[in-house]
Amino acid sequence: MNGLSSALVPLPVLLPLLGSGAALMLFRFPRAQRLVSVVVLTLVVVVAAALLVIADQDGPQVVWLGGWAELGVALVADRLAALMLLVSAIVTLAVLLYSLGQGISDSNRSAPVSIYHPTFLTLVAGVSNAFLAGDLFNLFVSFEILLFASYVLLTLGGTEGRIRAGTIYVVVNVLSSMLFLVTIAAVYAAVGTVNLAQIAERMGELPSSTQLMLHLLLLVTFSIKAAVFPLSLWLPDSYPTAPAPVTAVFAGLLTKVGVYAIIRTETLLFPGGELSTLLMVVAGVSMLIGILGAIAQSDIKRLLSFTLVSHIGYMIFGIGLGTAAGTAGAVFYVAHHITIQTALFLVVGMVERLGGSTALLRLGGLARLFPLLGVLFFVAAMNLAGIPPLSGFLGKVGLFEAGIADGGGVAWTLVGIGTLTSLLTLYAVAKTWSLAFWRSPAEAHEMARELARADADEPEQYSPTLGRRGQVRLDTTSFNAAEVQQAGAIVDGDHPDRDLHQILEEDGRPQRLPVLMTASTAGLVAVSVAITVVAGPLFAYTERAADDLMDRTTYITAVDEAAR
Amino acid sequence: MDVNLTLVLVAGALIGCGAYLLLERSLTRVLVGLVLLGNGVNVAILSTSGPAGEAPFYGTADIDDMSDPLPQAMILTAIVITLGTVAFLLAMAHRSWQLTGHDDVQDDTEDTRIRRLAVDDATSDSFGMTTRGEDDDDPEEDGQ
Repeated sequence: MNGLSSALVPLPVLLPLLGSGAALMLFRFPRAQRLVSVVVLTLVVVVAAALLVIADQDGPQVVWLGGWAELGVALVADRLAALMLLVSAIVTLAVLLYSLGQGISDSNRSAPVSIYHPTFLTLVAGVSNAFLAGDLFNLFVSFEILLFASYVLLTLGGTEGRIRAGTIYVVVNVLSSMLFLVTIAAVYAAVGTVNLAQIAERMGELPSSTQLMLHLLLLVTFSIKAAVFPLSLWLPDSYPTAPAPVTAVFAGLLTKVGVYAIIRTETLLFPGGELSTLLMVVAGVSMLIGILGAIAQSDIKRLLSFTLVSHIGYMIFGIGLGTAAGTAGAVFYVAHHITIQTALFLVVGMVERLGGSTALLRLGGLARLFPLLGVLFFVAAMNLAGIPPLSGFLGKVGLFEAGIADGGGVAWTLVGIGTLTSLLTLYAVAKTWSLAFWRSPAEAHEMARELARADADEPEQYSPTLGRRGQVRLDTTSFNAAEVQQAGAIVDGDHPDRDLHQILEEDGRPQRLPVLMTASTAGLVAVSVAITVVAGPLFAYTERAADDLMDRTTYITAVDEAAR
Repeated sequence: MDVNLTLVLVAGALIGCGAYLLLERSLTRVLVGLVLLGNGVNVAILSTSGPAGEAPFYGTADIDDMSDPLPQAMILTAIVITLGTVAFLLAMAHRSWQLTGHDDVQDDTEDTRIRRLAVDDATSDSFGMTTRGEDDDDPEEDGQ
């Protein structure tokens, strides 16, 4: 047996957990804490890369923890899990470096900095465990690990907005956990095991109505985590209030854990695509509702949260096709989307820091003042929208090809909706670009003044640019009265904040770009560009992973053999 | 497998009451709802172990007479997790009470705004004029 290589399997969980404990003990020494976190996450990247190579060459690596073969908990690193591990490790490392640069403690004096690093590491451990989990109950436990860490990170500092958003987030997730427990109970009652490979072997013997019930229960549970419409309504409200790096890692990773679980459900537990039409319909609705929601937003963070819901639809579409090509496309899209969504939120975090806000009404001229920031946002945004030759385009092409190969009416409709969503995403990010980055700060200043005046003078007036009754519109973006009044107060100097134009006039030059934040964001954007460059080998890899998933025997045999 | 009907009924009642309480506005009631829900789910897991048997300690009884230990292990894990969640939610309810004087689950302000936009679009201009007065005493509108 390949003892050494399978010994690597628990490390992506073990290292962050031990690191978390060490960081907690070092709470009096912030520098040592940072060092521990960075070292641990770098090691996880190395281990994940090694696992990727090993899983690709030697097949799935399986460890039965504690030697309790067939009865205990199995950790399985197959091609899919190893790829997810590597991408998540890279992204979390970048986010950690970014948060070091941001200095969570500086921007939020009320936030207890000593808790940030241990919690972040626990989150990483939970995510890794979810990717490696070889049984349903262990998957539940890893969800709880990462959710608990996320509760703490989301409500960091306990400000009013975060408590409000956190309440909804916690209640929704606890509810989905309860549903997951009910599902586990039902699965255990039906097949007498919670091990994924054993469930897969025994599921076929059940009556089809029981199978359908279990299938639907699992899908609903994971769809809440993955934020698939209509179970996505909690997401756009809760994510944007958290600190920027936290939002970035949530948006990039946590929903993808749900998508990963859906991939496992659809390929390993319930092959044959019984519910593929349902999945595809849900995917199409997610794409459309998500992107239409994004267009209506006037805050960059919320806009991006809505695009997240929309783009989850692409992955569900690929899974719903139920073919190897569709699954390969979905896996590629997950890898692409984790990097790009995180990168975009990191850019927005810098926008918030440099421009003092993420409201489109108050921003302007960022591209002129901070050219590098402009480039980073532009590349990432175009990548999200799927402009050739970037990886977003390649991912969509892969999915559309699979959809066309499927040839059914639903699949063709989904290809159409996908194209439309891609265009609308381009529209949404282009709007952000033209308002926040392209116009000059003086223009933004004047526009805010004008809107505030018009709003104060004649609130009843209806005109094409100014809406009715306190709703001020600019093209399709609408700003609410409170936002406009706040911007007006800033313009008139009645507010402690200043807009970019005022900062420029008084200080003569803008703030400098924070080095570490810029470097880590640039690194992540570079990774997304690298995905474009290595798209050929990566697609070949995801195709091999998808073949494994479709075949099932690779996974089941590996788990069975390790038990002997 | 035989299923204990009492356990199923108890689980159903607990989950039903829990779901009802979850729909309340006050976070404290939501919390009690989650506790009931969690206990109901645990009883449901217990019902999957079949008829009760001897304690599952190795060597103390014949293996066929023992009850299934795995659901018990799962329940134990779930209880610990529910305990942690309840503690966290209590802390959040307390913090919410400190900050706002109540622990009600609040509306998403941005959602409210978009809903108002839709209402505006659906009504005519003249109707809009007449409802203006009602909007003024809306706390959302005043930015509170």
